[in-house]
Amino acid sequence: MTASDAGAAASGSATPASADAPGPPPRPKRGVPEGLWKKCDGCGATIYRKEAEELLNVCPQCGFHWYVSAAERISQLLDPGTFEECDSDLRPADPLGFRDKKPYAERLVAEQKRTGLSDAALTGTGMIRARRVACGVTDSAFIMGSMGSVVGERLTRLVERATDQKLPLIIISASGGGARMHEGIISLMQMAKVSAALARYSRAGGLFISVLTNPTMGGVAASFASLGDLCFAEPRALIGFAGPRTIKATIRVELPKGFQTSEFLLEHGFVDRIVARKDLKSEIARAIDYCGGAI
Amino acid sequence: MAHGLHRLPLEKPIYEIEDRIIALEAAPVGGQEQEKLRLLKRELVELQRKVFGNLDPWQTVEVARHPDRPKTSDYLHMVFDEFVELHGDKSFGDDPAMLTGFAKLDRHKVLVIGHQKGKTLAERQACHFGCAHPEGYRKAMGKMRLAAKYGLPVICLIDTPGAYPGVGAEERGQAQVIAESMFLMASLPVPIVCVVIGEGGSGGALGIGVGDRVAILEHAYYSVISPEGCAGILWKSAEYKADAARALRMRSRDLAEFGVVDAVIDEPAGGAHREPRQMASRLKTYLVRTLRELVEKPVESLVDARYEKFRRMGVFAEATA
Ligand SMILES: [Zn+2]
Repeated sequence: MTASDAGAAASGSATPASADAPGPPPRPKRGVPEGLWKKCDGCGATIYRKEAEELLNVCPQCGFHWYVSAAERISQLLDPGTFEECDSDLRPADPLGFRDKKPYAERLVAEQKRTGLSDAALTGTGMIRARRVACGVTDSAFIMGSMGSVVGERLTRLVERATDQKLPLIIISASGGGARMHEGIISLMQMAKVSAALARYSRAGGLFISVLTNPTMGGVAASFASLGDLCFAEPRALIGFAGPRTIKATIRVELPKGFQTSEFLLEHGFVDRIVARKDLKSEIARAIDYCGGAI
Repeated sequence: MAHGLHRLPLEKPIYEIEDRIIALEAAPVGGQEQEKLRLLKRELVELQRKVFGNLDPWQTVEVARHPDRPKTSDYLHMVFDEFVELHGDKSFGDDPAMLTGFAKLDRHKVLVIGHQKGKTLAERQACHFGCAHPEGYRKAMGKMRLAAKYGLPVICLIDTPGAYPGVGAEERGQAQVIAESMFLMASLPVPIVCVVIGEGGSGGALGIGVGDRVAILEHAYYSVISPEGCAGILWKSAEYKADAARALRMRSRDLAEFGVVDAVIDEPAGGAHREPRQMASRLKTYLVRTLRELVEKPVESLVDARYEKFRRMGVFAEATA
């Protein structure tokens, strides 16, 4: 996810523009479109940004689901004004004193400034069509949406809260980075921590709906994102364990078309339903009703 | 001491002394040679201690990957009194990269699960160099459920560069099985002891790594990503693997400091590959002592303590506003 995507999406709104909004300005002739225009990652067409925003950041030409920020996702999914954020006071630390080309501590400050997030997950409670739920979202704009201690801790507390309060649990993943390298082995252990909390939640009878969005890879795919009682995926999202480049380097053959997409996962039996963004709210509400609502 | 088939650059001075010892032992001996031999042998032990006591992070990775390092199959013979292999995931196939079976240890019947790297080139290729496929993790899960049903403690020997990255592995749910395996282990109602014996490669290691006790051999490593993978992503070149190995803090002492492992099992001077039997005996001592302690505990409190063990992991700041 590029910085310009993140910036634009953060300024986006879930409320549809009024009907008398001015029409699109002239299309830029050449070069990288900026500001009002955006090149679609799905079809390559230059799209008037506002038009896509009205469609919840979905390309009007090819239906490709663009990035949405965690905050925007919450406002798309939950009933207006019902979200109560939890554990917003958690802040990432630098347990390894990690540095690559740049110290992790500096990277964190830069990412926080750029995204307006304290880390890559937003968690809390709210209502989906008047059904109370616990809801967590990861944001691929913050260090690829990777899971370090804060993401792991916020999600674990969310799962524990859902267990205590007998709430259905929704986690929407957008994490191309898997477990966050910069926190080393401690990031890896977050996979076990969240999975263990989900095991307790499941034994208590809780309903977990995992929603996979573009991209969900590595240690996030290999932990909570794959543990839903129900697993929904947005169309054409990249979802998998190993990165396509790693696989290509290992087996040295071209990867099949559509490899590691939502449709690929559906075909191989790992996704219950592919759900378009505009239907996500109603689909989740219906699934909650089928599974008996509260636990 | 039939070893030294594969020599790491860092082992060069050790083998130089050893070659001189071998030459002296072959030659006719007088009192002077005997004394020389005695001094050389002492020098050898000291040098081994010095070299292996000061491995840098990348050298540790090289030792952990040493071709002569004892593998799961070696420990099965040297640590356990009996091993009865159980094959297959009852769904797709039998992954040779994941060994599972009944075994006897001390007074316990146990279930052993371990990554298998293989010894000969053919074996190594068949095992994908210790990289298990989804059917390997499904096999492990199936045997864990069996162990739970009949009250057998589970022992996991971890030695993998990582879960296999390939088309078939993705088609058969590599991410899904690793997640499911952690989920299963988190509440499995029997004692679980995990030991990283060589490479603790990321999710592929953690997939059989959720235990009541997690130990690591002194020169093994355990990491969120391979140093090459990390270097490729963050430094844009695998050339920086040594820098990545240092930055990732993946050595046994680091892991103990972070509370990710409960015990570090010391290796013989010169590493496990120089004295496999001695290594096996130390591993056995640890396993026997740990099992004796765990089997005394009621299963419910065991599972609760396992939850709390992983629940505590994480380093973050919490503003008290
Ligand atoms: Zn498009």
